[in-house]
Amino acid sequence: MIEATQTKKGTDPYLSSFAQLQKELEGKQPPWLQQIRKAAISRFSDLGFPTSRQEEWKYTEVAPIRRTLFRPAAYETNGLTTERLTGLTFGNLQCPRLVFLNGHYSAELSSLKGLPETVQVKSLAEVLEQNPDLVKPHLTQHAQYEDHPFVALNTALIQDGALVHVSKGEVIQEPIHLLFLSTAAEEVVAVHPRNLILVDSNSQVTIVESYIGLHKGVYFTNSVTEIVVAENAVVDHYKLHQESRKAFHIDTLQVHQDRSSSVRTFNATLGGELTRNEVNVVLDGEGAECNLNGLYLISGTQHVDNHTRLEHAKPHCDSREMYKGILDEKATGVFHGRIVVRPGAQKTDSKQTNNNLLLSDDALINTKPQLEIYANDVKCTHGATIGQLDPEALFYLRTRGIDRTTARSLLIYAFASQVVNRIKVDLVRTELDDYLFSWLPAGHLVREAI
Amino acid sequence: MLEIKNLHVKADGKEILRGIDLKVNAGEVHSIMGPNGSGKSTLAQVIAGRESYEITDGEVIYQGKDLLEMAPEDRARQGIFLAFQYPVEIPGVSNTYFLKAALNALRKERGEEEVDAMDFLALIKEKMKLLGMDETLISRPVNEGFSGGEKKRNEIFQMVVLEPKLAILDETDSGLDIDALKIVAAGVNSLRSPERSFIVVTHYQRMLNYIVPDAVHVLYEGRIVKSGGKELALELEEKGYTWLEDKTAAAVNS
Repeated sequence: MIEATQTKKGTDPYLSSFAQLQKELEGKQPPWLQQIRKAAISRFSDLGFPTSRQEEWKYTEVAPIRRTLFRPAAYETNGLTTERLTGLTFGNLQCPRLVFLNGHYSAELSSLKGLPETVQVKSLAEVLEQNPDLVKPHLTQHAQYEDHPFVALNTALIQDGALVHVSKGEVIQEPIHLLFLSTAAEEVVAVHPRNLILVDSNSQVTIVESYIGLHKGVYFTNSVTEIVVAENAVVDHYKLHQESRKAFHIDTLQVHQDRSSSVRTFNATLGGELTRNEVNVVLDGEGAECNLNGLYLISGTQHVDNHTRLEHAKPHCDSREMYKGILDEKATGVFHGRIVVRPGAQKTDSKQTNNNLLLSDDALINTKPQLEIYANDVKCTHGATIGQLDPEALFYLRTRGIDRTTARSLLIYAFASQVVNRIKVDLVRTELDDYLFSWLPAGHLVREAI
Repeated sequence: MLEIKNLHVKADGKEILRGIDLKVNAGEVHSIMGPNGSGKSTLAQVIAGRESYEITDGEVIYQGKDLLEMAPEDRARQGIFLAFQYPVEIPGVSNTYFLKAALNALRKERGEEEVDAMDFLALIKEKMKLLGMDETLISRPVNEGFSGGEKKRNEIFQMVVLEPKLAILDETDSGLDIDALKIVAAGVNSLRSPERSFIVVTHYQRMLNYIVPDAVHVLYEGRIVKSGGKELALELEEKGYTWLEDKTAAAVNS
């Protein structure tokens, strides 16, 4: 079956990777996962890579991924030390952290100092070897792969990633940092990180997931994170993407929320040549609320596609969503925000906003809000804007003696800060601010002014 | 201070100003009055440097320099200030750091040291008191959610902090109640000095009771059709702008 004629779909190399991985894992993996992997690879093989003829992929062409021959990535430190990490944006080491190099856990660069012993923060590979029953009820049970070739591929090739388990009633003050580093320079590799975050009832945790390219290489990150939030638990999730400007990055965040739970997500996309971020949330218990935020700040020929899907499955849930995009030069973007209100999910209160700022005539954004409402007593609003810097505001600032470049930078910063200010973790907000100041032409002056 | 000679300006291909001549000396207050659409705001914005207008003829000399060659920020740094008819809302930029950036840009130009945070705070508190402004306004984003009156007052507040050499007030009085009008006038009068000039653009005579002008010019269809002393404003108020129309029509017909 695997050797079938799939050449056109470009799936072959992945089928070989799968066969290779199967050999390596022989006798080392739980049979239930083995079954799931087989089903997933078969699904991937059937689906093939998506094309722009499919509605969900209409504005995002993944042919460059299909056409590139990626090899499985090996653990490679390339002389990387803890000291070197400190200088990276989003690489800060002040929080407990798990570090992954090319998708593989690095014990030497990780540190869990400051975390209570009751919280489990581990390499998923380790857990699958030592205690697979812990993850069995949830791993692969939330992120659906039937209609999603990249999730299917990730599921088939699960090797490593983070497992975080916060037990009942625990409140973890310090953010837990999951740091995915790519050391790829010349080698063209693919990594498929898989994270599972289990948050038991009445507990609270903050997760920062960052993806950083250390070199300017071409590589492919295909990550999936599942977060399972039990009753009355609170989760803050930040994803910071600063992959190499030649990298491909496809990511799915799947969140399942139980009664009265509260989740806040923030997705910052700064790097990558071609990026697709999917955030799917199921509000599956009364009184749950979630708050989705995002910022994409891109230039050159970068392409970023943000797909969000919010499913109100139960009554009395609130959702708020704000994504902002700043696109310069020839950058292109997509925002597709879908809100689904299931039958019976009465008193749903949902608000979605997507604002885009185009800084050049060549930048392009496709934005599409989509509401599917199957209940009759709900409040759902959405709004999308696409615009350039307001010439009135620019003139106003200049008549006060502020030069054009600084005025532009100030207005761009102001636009971004409306969503950046929603970041609750000071460290993350500061780093993102710093990045903005370095990205803006007169960023240092804006920093002084603020 | 300012000399405008034969200024012709087009917007969207349409001629708005059709030969303006105006001379404002240091220390003088000139009022420009006229009906809606006569070109008052265009004149104010052209002096401040709005780029969307096309200057087809004439020149503007400010302190011996060709003003039309200068970018808006350079004009501001040379001491020109425009109080906007419709102040712009700038979400995300707080009044404080906007004004501090503006003040420091001006100080830098004058070769002065940048103002430090403490001195700046003391300065703006003093000026806010002068204008009877609610102190919470300063930490809010520029003009965002301000009432019409608060926006106008904020313009005058910026003016008294930035201390320009030539201030142009573009219908700052429109829509203000009498108390707000008196406060705005007090702000302007506090700056009056032999070195500083004002151009007060207005539709109504009312403000000129509080800011007494040295000269009043009537702008009609892109030209100054009449100039005089402060009594001209009263005459206009009494007879209305239709009087002008009749007069102009009569002049054309004769």
